Parts: sequence; structure tokens; C-alpha cells
Amino acid sequence: MNKFKKFLSLFCVTVLLVGLLAGCGGANSSSASEEEDTVTVLISNDSSRNAIEAVTDYIEEEHGIKTVFETRPGGTEGDNIMKTRLATGDMADIAFYNSGSLLQALNPAQNFVDLSKEPYMDKVLDTFKETVSDDSGAIYGIPATSVMVGAWFYNKKVYEELGLEIPKTWDDLMANNEKIKAAGKTAVIGSYKETWTSQLIVLGDNYNVLAEDPTFPEEYTANKAKLATTPGALRSFEKLQEVYDKGYMNDDFLATTYDTGTKMLAEGTGVHYPMLSQVLPLLETNYPDQLNDIGVFPQPGDSPDKNGFTAWMPHAFYLNKNGEKVETAKKWAEAFLSDEGVKRFVDATTLDGPLAVEGVDLPEDVPQAVKDMLPYFEEGNTAPALEFLSPLKGPNLEQITTEVGSGGKTAEEGAKLYDQDVEKQAKQLGLEGW
Amino acid sequence: MRNIKSNPYTYFFLLPAGAIYLIFFILPTILSFFFSMTWWTLTDWKFIGLENFKVFLSEPSMNIGFRNTIIYAIVTSGLKVILGLLLGVFLSMRLRSVGFIRSMVFFPALLSTIAVGIAFSTLMHPSQGMINTALSFIGFVGPDWLGDTKIALLSVALVDVWKGVGIATVIFIAGIMSIPQEYHEALSIDGGNAWHRFRNITLPLSRPAMNTVIILSFIGGLRTFDLIWAMTKGGPGFSTDIIASIIYKQYQAGFYGISTAGNVILFIVVAALAFPLYLYLNRKEVDL
Repeated sequence: MNKFKKFLSLFCVTVLLVGLLAGCGGANSSSASEEEDTVTVLISNDSSRNAIEAVTDYIEEEHGIKTVFETRPGGTEGDNIMKTRLATGDMADIAFYNSGSLLQALNPAQNFVDLSKEPYMDKVLDTFKETVSDDSGAIYGIPATSVMVGAWFYNKKVYEELGLEIPKTWDDLMANNEKIKAAGKTAVIGSYKETWTSQLIVLGDNYNVLAEDPTFPEEYTANKAKLATTPGALRSFEKLQEVYDKGYMNDDFLATTYDTGTKMLAEGTGVHYPMLSQVLPLLETNYPDQLNDIGVFPQPGDSPDKNGFTAWMPHAFYLNKNGEKVETAKKWAEAFLSDEGVKRFVDATTLDGPLAVEGVDLPEDVPQAVKDMLPYFEEGNTAPALEFLSPLKGPNLEQITTEVGSGGKTAEEGAKLYDQDVEKQAKQLGLEGW
Repeated sequence: MRNIKSNPYTYFFLLPAGAIYLIFFILPTILSFFFSMTWWTLTDWKFIGLENFKVFLSEPSMNIGFRNTIIYAIVTSGLKVILGLLLGVFLSMRLRSVGFIRSMVFFPALLSTIAVGIAFSTLMHPSQGMINTALSFIGFVGPDWLGDTKIALLSVALVDVWKGVGIATVIFIAGIMSIPQEYHEALSIDGGNAWHRFRNITLPLSRPAMNTVIILSFIGGLRTFDLIWAMTKGGPGFSTDIIASIIYKQYQAGFYGISTAGNVILFIVVAALAFPLYLYLNRKEVDL
């Protein structure tokens, strides 16, 4: 019996120790044992992967570089993972992440490879390059997705039925809403159960803010202008409040999810949906037959001759400066942006907007909403969203817009609160003037 | 003394557990007091004194957060005590299939809080949720449980009670079962009825159990986080924010110093409320 006990305890200790060692070594040994030309890519699970995978398949075939994807959650949880993995030196060779203010919060100069000298950078749009660079002129990222717009998606069938026209001013839009409401449909879809969707009216108004006050982003970054005291910027919050005050949203907008909102738009029970164009791939998957009933127009301002889209710059791939395979990753990036790489990308997906790469012909079968956007891009009537022009984005915006958009606060109170919120972000980033 | 000397195990056996406790509990606690006074980006830090505490306390949702935390702790611990006691008395009677009912009551405690939160936020959907559909069958119009800022916090608290009352009940059953039979015999000789039995025997003598339940559920209520996060994420707006969810939002935003300061504040708040309560309750305990 005693012998058995001894054996048993020895056995248990061995099992525990082996388990412990395996646990410690696991992360490193698995990647080291594979062939040399493998890169790891950390990517968020809410990104549409098929286009990216079409390109990585091509890179593996033609350039012999195998891509191993690691997934992380999107949203703020994903931000945490990015920051933690960078801080602990555990980042993958290539990281997929937002451009603009969120990138600035990652201290790019310390963590990512400067790609400004790479020849392929010439064909990347300058407006995109600005959102992935810093003051030193270094450029850290290559575009990984298409350009999106934050705008008003609408159901064309209902527009035809009710004889409505695309509004050129905010007042026209409100008049349309009134008619839709009178016809017994939801004029504006609210899906505030997922709080980020409540930000679109405010964020998608940046074209109008800039039309009135072109230097606002710089002054805002330098702590010289505040949202609450800049009439053009405050107007964005007022628009949000007005939609609630006039009762244009679905009754249960606080409990409605993004998926349900999309469904309402596709089925025409809801007619307008202020949203990002990332809704298009979702529509294509769930409601392919209705995809081309959906059009899009920019959030109008107060003057009919200034009309344009607020654009969201693509997410980007960044090369980990402290990774083991910087050279392989550089080759990977070059192949990703090669003509063939871009072609594979375009062929594999339903685009939700134009690419940030010059000289690419979009296929004929892009969704109707993308066709609606393209003229604006061709004529230059677009402006990046504020988060791509300033490193400042307060973390509580979605809660604040939920409150303003559900009548808990006035536009001015909301804007003031957000100004306070931004102050913390500025201090954490160590910006001058705060 | 004899006991210690004859102990066949040396104190070295405590080392592994002690080391783990030191590294993963004591050390981070001490470090967090330090980092709460720094501007911190995980890789870089700068000492800035009490600035973080100032920023955290002037957080716009802080008033709501403090109020909600206290309300939540009182409502959940109060309801758990009352319901737990009633269920405990009921389930310590000699009933048929009492074992089954006991397991039924305890069952929610076994579920993952996040799963419970997600399930209930679906059940509480104002127009398609099962709760309001059921209410409309009997002619009531149910409220928007999680969307109405006035009742959202209470809705979450009720779910917390549903989930936590099982543990309270088990503690009460244990307390009631340990009351010696002699007291009941004495009472029936004196001609007492069921109410007398509850009032004069069960209630005073299950005091230790009740104190355990109050302390556990009160502290649990003060630092609750997962259920609120799963059901409302502090929303709509800031209306169901509690201290823990405000801390988490700071952390999510990358304000590591501020969120650490928030944790120190939460630690102090919990200690400042729980210790006096504990001392007060202990003084009122009656010996068996």
C-alpha cells in the first residue's frame, strides 16, 4: 500500500511538472519549430477575413511565406490585447489594427517598422498615409481593408413608394423622416443595445464640421477649441438630440442590436440607418436579395451645396519592429500590396467602399451603396472622420451619445461631458497644451 | 505545544502555496498602491502624486456610480437574506422531495454569471422578451427592464438575487439544522406554536448564518461587476454604472494609472463599509 502511495505521489508531481513546463514553453516552441518562412498575423475576429485570406493564399503560393492567423476580439477588448501584447513583447510579426487615433495610442515609433522608404508606398493614398504616420514622417501601416463611410443607409424601395428624394440639407432629411413616420414606418433605426452604433450621427457629421471650420481638428488637438463651444461641432450633437426629440426611432431602440437594425433596414420596416459601410458585407451575407435595395447618402449639413461623406480610413497591417521576422514580414507586406495581391483582394470580396490604393478598377458588381459613394470619392467630396485627423478620441463617447440619443442629456451637456472625457485621453497620451 | 512538535509535516510544505499567494496576491496589491500614484503606460511610468485619485473621483459618472454601488449592495444582500431565510426555514422542514427542491434552489448558483446575464437580457427584451410576452398574456404591459434608466439597476439586482439566493439558502439551512433539537422540545412542552418557534428559536439561533450571508452578499454586491457588464455595460448611458464598471472602463481606455487608483478607492470603500458592519453584526451574535 505504502509503495503504491509513493508511486502515486511521484506520478502526480511528474504530471504537474510536465504540465507546467509545457505551459511555459508552449508559446515559443511551436512557432520556432516551423519552417523559416512563416509569419504570424494578429487579427480581430470581427474583420471580414475572406479577402485577406485570398491574398495570404497568394503570398504562400507565389512567395512561399505561410501566414498563421492569431485572432483577438474587436472593440475596446481588442485594444487591451494589443497594448498588453506589445508591452510584454509578445506581439505577432504583423498586427491588424485601426489607423488614426487608436494607432497613436500604441506608441507606434517604438513598436512598428517605418515603411516610408518602401517603393510600394507610392501607390497608397496620401489621406490614408497620414492616418498611419507620426510627426517624424514615418509611415507604419499598409491598408488592410477598404475605405468606409459613416453615413445614412436607406431603403430605396420605401423611398420610391413614398416618393421621397435624397435630402441635401438636414431639414430635408427631417422632412423625409416626418413623412416616413406618418406612413407608419420607423424613420431612423436605433440599435443602441450595441452602444457603439449610437455614435454614428455625431462621428459621421465631420464633413459638415470641417466645411464650416476647416482648422477645427488642429485646434481641438492643441486644446484651443472645445466641442461644446464650437458651433459646428456642437451641431453634430444637436442632430442626434433632434432625432430623439422628434420620436423618429423605433420604440425599443435601447434594446435593439446591430443585427436587428440591419434586418429592419433590409426588410424596409426601418428606412434610415446611420451606420458604417461595414454593414454591407453583413447585409450581403444575411439578406443577399435585398442588398441592392439599399442605398446611401451622406449626412447632410445645413447648406445644400456642401454635401460630402465622412470617411473611415481602412484598418492597417503594422509590422512588429521587435519581432523575430521583420525581413519576412516586409516581403509579406510588399506582396500584399503588389498588383496581383490587390487583384486577389478585390476579387474575393464584396467591397464596402473604395480601396486606399491608387489605380484599382472596382468590379462591376459592387453593391448599389458603393456605387452611390464612388462619385463623391471621385470628386473629392469626402473628409476623414475626426479620429483620423486628431489623436484624441475619448473612451466614453458611446455612452454619452447613448444618453443624448435617448433623451437623458441635452446636446450641450453631452458635448461638455465629452470634452472632459477627451481631456483624460490627452493627458494619457502626454500631448502638449493639456 | 505538543501538537506543533508532533506535527509530521514541516512548514516548508507551506512554501509553494505561500509563494503563489505572495507573487500573485500580496505583491500586486502593494504594487497597485504604488502605480495608482503614477502616469502609467505599462512600459513607462512617471510619479504624479494623487492626481489619478482626483481624476477618478471627478469622473462624471462617479456620483451615479457610488450611489448605484450602495443601492445594489443593499438591495441584493437584503433580498438574499429575506428570501434565503424563508427558503431556508421551508427547506429544513421534513418535506417530501426536499432534496430535489433544495437542488432546484441551488442550481442557478452553478451557472456562469456571464451566461445568466446574456440569457436574462434576452428574456428582458421589452417587445420580444419572454418576460414581457408572458406579462402581456395576463394583461400587463411590462416595462423596458434594462432600457428604462429608472429600473435598469433593479432589474440587474433581481437577477443577481435569483442567482445568489441559492447559496444564502444553503448557509441558512446549515445554520437552522445545527440548532439542537432540545430547544424545539422545550418549546413544544411550553405550548409554543410555529410562529413562536420561528421568532424565539430559529431567528436568534441562526444569527451566525445570517451574519455570514449579510457579509458575503454585501461585499459581493459592493464589488459586483460581471453581471452588470454582461447585462447593461453600465448603460443606458451611465445609469447603471457602478464603481467596478467605471474602473473597468478606465482600464479599457488605457488609463492604467487612473484605473489602478479606482481599484485602491474601491478597496478602501469596501473595507470602510464591511469592517464596521462585521464588527456590529458580531457583537449581536448569541451563543448556542
